[in-house]
Amino acid sequence: MAYLLLRHRDLPDIGSLDVYKRNGGFEAFKKAVTGMKPQEVIDVVKASGLRGRGGAGFPTGVKWSFIPNSIWPHYVVANADESEPGTFKDREIMEGNPFQFLEGVAITAYATGANAAYVYLRGEFWTVAALLDAKIAEMEKAGFLGDNIFGSDYSLRIFTHLGAGAYICGEETALLESIEGKRGQPRIRPPFPAVYGLYGKPTVVNNVETLTNVPLIIDQGAGWFKSLGTADSAGVKVFSLSGRINKPGNYELPFGTTFRQLIYGHGGGIPDDHPVKAIMAAGASSTMIVADDKALDTPMDYASVRTLGADLGSASVIVIDDTVSLEWIISKTIHFFTHESCGKCTPCREGTFWMMHLIDHIEQGSVTKENVDLLHSVAKQMQNKCLCPLGEFATMAVTTAIERFPADFAPSKVGGSHD
Amino acid sequence: MLAEKYPEEIKKIFAKYPPEQKRSAVMPLLYLAQRDQGYVTKSALEDIAGILDITSTDVAEIVGFYTLYHDKKEGKYRMQVCTDLACALRGADQFLEDLCGNLGVKVGETTSDGMITVEAVMCLAGCDKAPLFQVQSSQRIAYHENMTVDKTMELIAALRKSGREVE
Repeated sequence: MAYLLLRHRDLPDIGSLDVYKRNGGFEAFKKAVTGMKPQEVIDVVKASGLRGRGGAGFPTGVKWSFIPNSIWPHYVVANADESEPGTFKDREIMEGNPFQFLEGVAITAYATGANAAYVYLRGEFWTVAALLDAKIAEMEKAGFLGDNIFGSDYSLRIFTHLGAGAYICGEETALLESIEGKRGQPRIRPPFPAVYGLYGKPTVVNNVETLTNVPLIIDQGAGWFKSLGTADSAGVKVFSLSGRINKPGNYELPFGTTFRQLIYGHGGGIPDDHPVKAIMAAGASSTMIVADDKALDTPMDYASVRTLGADLGSASVIVIDDTVSLEWIISKTIHFFTHESCGKCTPCREGTFWMMHLIDHIEQGSVTKENVDLLHSVAKQMQNKCLCPLGEFATMAVTTAIERFPADFAPSKVGGSHD
Repeated sequence: MLAEKYPEEIKKIFAKYPPEQKRSAVMPLLYLAQRDQGYVTKSALEDIAGILDITSTDVAEIVGFYTLYHDKKEGKYRMQVCTDLACALRGADQFLEDLCGNLGVKVGETTSDGMITVEAVMCLAGCDKAPLFQVQSSQRIAYHENMTVDKTMELIAALRKSGREVE
């Protein structure tokens, strides 16, 4: 099948405006602006079953429909903060196929009545931001952005905003605070961004990959999109495959592809034919999947992955083989989340600190049942008490690694072989 | 003074945001200050505060919160190696250790010629191309992926020779 999102793999010059236009580029935006009411665009996206690709999997059209028509102006914000360890899909989309992404931003803005849209990129994506600035300038010159687009009375400007290194800014309210020139700390919700977003105005925040699907749906229809993937999860997904794997990389595949197909079929299996021991399907914030036959043959869609006591999230599949101790894995995730905790709420700020203290203690040799139990208990006590998902994420790998891989936390195992 | 030195850039930055939302410009202005002096100086903090009509404490808290702003002079190039989970599964910790050994510095330290500061960072969204690092200079940030210690030492030699960044 031809690539739908990673189209640069079929058409290497798709990032050039001429090539993009020759291949149907901006036809969907034109169709929407000249032939559809904003509500009709929302209805098509709702009917398509598109769900947010950033991790939460919330239905995109439904999210758009929450924007009230009683408060103005409206904003659209593209979340290009891509910071989940294990995730590297949005960068490839923006670098390889930038116009399809920007066209998605434009259609979303039209559908939700926004005349200004921001692309929030993590600061490390300095070169990507420079590239998008150039592409936005080309679109303005060609009349796809600015005033009276396609001769209508619709006008739109797109701006990039560069973050400066903070995982938490991937959380949508922290991201909005960051654009407003403040520390990237999450807001208490409700109110949700749909009502009280950027500058206190109704705002849609969507992930890069989500937005890049939108032109396809407007162009080819909701029915076509629904026919891809599974009943629960429509369309294709870019799976970021990393860890102990022969061929790491991004794989654009229909939802419902099994873990086995991804790891062995596409990813070429494990170095030196080691067995897969555990899978983290949603990056560092995953629960640990025990990689038995049942798990390997599970289709990767939102509902099926949930039957394994896990989430598909942003589909950042980190493969762990039998050379690696899960104790070492959670030491890595705990240190990550401790570093990235924004400090606003106590359970996360203190909880991540104490988890780090305990795992360091365990790694240094104090691997007693008491310490492992205490670590598990601290993680459990954080759950459902944090202000934003980061605090919850910090506990996922910890509790499930201890529960599902107890042998890795036995005194003889800790400090075992790993890189 | 930033305002006098870069009037055009500052105008362009402000054009991105609604006129009544000047504070949104604080992050791009901090990048501008860093480009100008290599790090955010005390006087730049006050400059920016003056431009935005906020206090210098408001600006300083932004510098403190985000990891890509620096309030101290370090090496001309910050070599930021990702040692997070997915990269570590591909040997990033060993790479960093070997690199530091080659350069004769510890993580966080700067080479004696003041050119390279080696840092360990959390996640650069390049997990499939580890070992990788980014080079942050006052002018830009560039990724270097699928690296070996030998390739990195060649890059450092080129940086030292030209004093400029090379791809």
